[in-house]
Amino acid sequence: MEAVSASKLPDHVIDIEGLALSFDQDGKRTHVLRGLDLKIAPGEFVAVVGASGVGKSTLLRVLMGLAPQSEGKVVVTPDPAAERPMALVFQDSRLLPWRRVIANVSFGLEKTRLPAVARRERAMQALGLVGLSDLADRWPWQLSGGQRQRVALARALAVRPSILLMDEPFSALDVATREGLQDELLRVWRQTGKTIVFVTHDIEEAVYLADRIVALGGKPGEVRSVRVIDVARPRRRGALALQDIAAKEKADITADAAAPVEDYVI
Amino acid sequence: MTKRSFAYRLLPLLGLVAFLLVWEAMPRLGLASRVLLPAPSDLPDAFMRELANGMWLKSVGLSLSHYTLGLLVGLGAGIGLGVLTGMSNVAEGLFAWVSRVLRPIPGLAWVPFAIIWFGVSQSGAVFIIAIGVFWIVYFATHGAIRGVDRDYIELAKAFGFTGPLERLFKVLLPAATPGILVGARTALGQAWMAVVAAELFGVTGLGSRMMQASSLLATDIVVVYMLTMAALYGLMDTFFMAAQGRLLRWKP
Repeated sequence: MEAVSASKLPDHVIDIEGLALSFDQDGKRTHVLRGLDLKIAPGEFVAVVGASGVGKSTLLRVLMGLAPQSEGKVVVTPDPAAERPMALVFQDSRLLPWRRVIANVSFGLEKTRLPAVARRERAMQALGLVGLSDLADRWPWQLSGGQRQRVALARALAVRPSILLMDEPFSALDVATREGLQDELLRVWRQTGKTIVFVTHDIEEAVYLADRIVALGGKPGEVRSVRVIDVARPRRRGALALQDIAAKEKADITADAAAPVEDYVI
Repeated sequence: MTKRSFAYRLLPLLGLVAFLLVWEAMPRLGLASRVLLPAPSDLPDAFMRELANGMWLKSVGLSLSHYTLGLLVGLGAGIGLGVLTGMSNVAEGLFAWVSRVLRPIPGLAWVPFAIIWFGVSQSGAVFIIAIGVFWIVYFATHGAIRGVDRDYIELAKAFGFTGPLERLFKVLLPAATPGILVGARTALGQAWMAVVAAELFGVTGLGSRMMQASSLLATDIVVVYMLTMAALYGLMDTFFMAAQGRLLRWKP
């Protein structure tokens, strides 16, 4: 069989159509997402924004297979060179406190058949990518918030995923640390060419990082707008063009929140 | 400041010396007869006699083997069942009322059955010790497994560890270790008490040797064994704390 040529690869790594999700809670049916359509191209950096409770994190969990979808189509076509379709970085770093940094990074690799030496090597490589090689033998409690989040990023990168899903990864950090990590993430993205789906409620962050911003809104949540950030990289933080886009995005979200909520009936 | 803290550290030693002095004074001043209350100064001699006739080593050896076996059986069963009912709602439901019925029965109440089932034998002693250990470790393990942060389980799933065994070894057991160890340490003391109880009904060991000595009014020998128990327990607790420090070295 011939090797799959680039032209045969689908245009999208993620193709979501009509995704809806609901669950029963206390005898009441709660709808979290409905009619959600989203296509993401290989290597694209997509930010997902929206008010809290709109289903941003839920969307990532559906993609990971951690939450069951109720209806719709979710097709993930990972880069064949990748070893895992996706890896998730949580909002809280969620490092396992009983593992040293290096063992946390190689956590996901224990699912593979790699021998221990190769796992360690791979984990060290991932740690190097986030600039923390020196801290390999520390315990998680000895790290700062920013360092913990970098370790979590390294843990996700170590399994060589095609898509990196990030759930408000920098929201708990102070401004200076957050901006440092944003630039770090952009560098890693450039180096690895991964597709990134980045959930955040920080519009400035979304505008600075992403190729496209997908805004979710409503209850149950659906895609309200998709905005392409057509600003060349490397971008300058706070550049006028970025500020302009952020202002428009915020205006949209405010208008959306102010609009009367239609009753959702199945 | 340092002088003061040094003096404070001497206080426990001072207290112990005062305790021994008062104890020594009681029989010497004729406040109590030497048979009813042997003086501390009688003890080294009594200890040497027990050592010389081989009884001390034999009793300690037997008791330690009862203790170790009972502890291992109780720990194994307690952790095993605690993990099972901690992970499975079905297992928890099935065992809920059984544990309610059996749990309040004190270990000593099993002595008649221990004798009927195992006779006055090593296995009988091990059985009595294991029962006491089992309940402590079972409840500690069950609670610790149930209490593991759901977020860690989600993390394990996100990295592909979806099976129950993977969940157990990657997340549940390591996260529950501190809680299980608290139970194990309590059980360590509980098992030691059960050793004496089990041997008082006749199985050879420290307990039975004490009973023999007391029936001969050799109270100095009784005290020698009491102190032997205290020393052995202290030693074991020290070993346990060292092992625990190693297992939990990830804690700040």
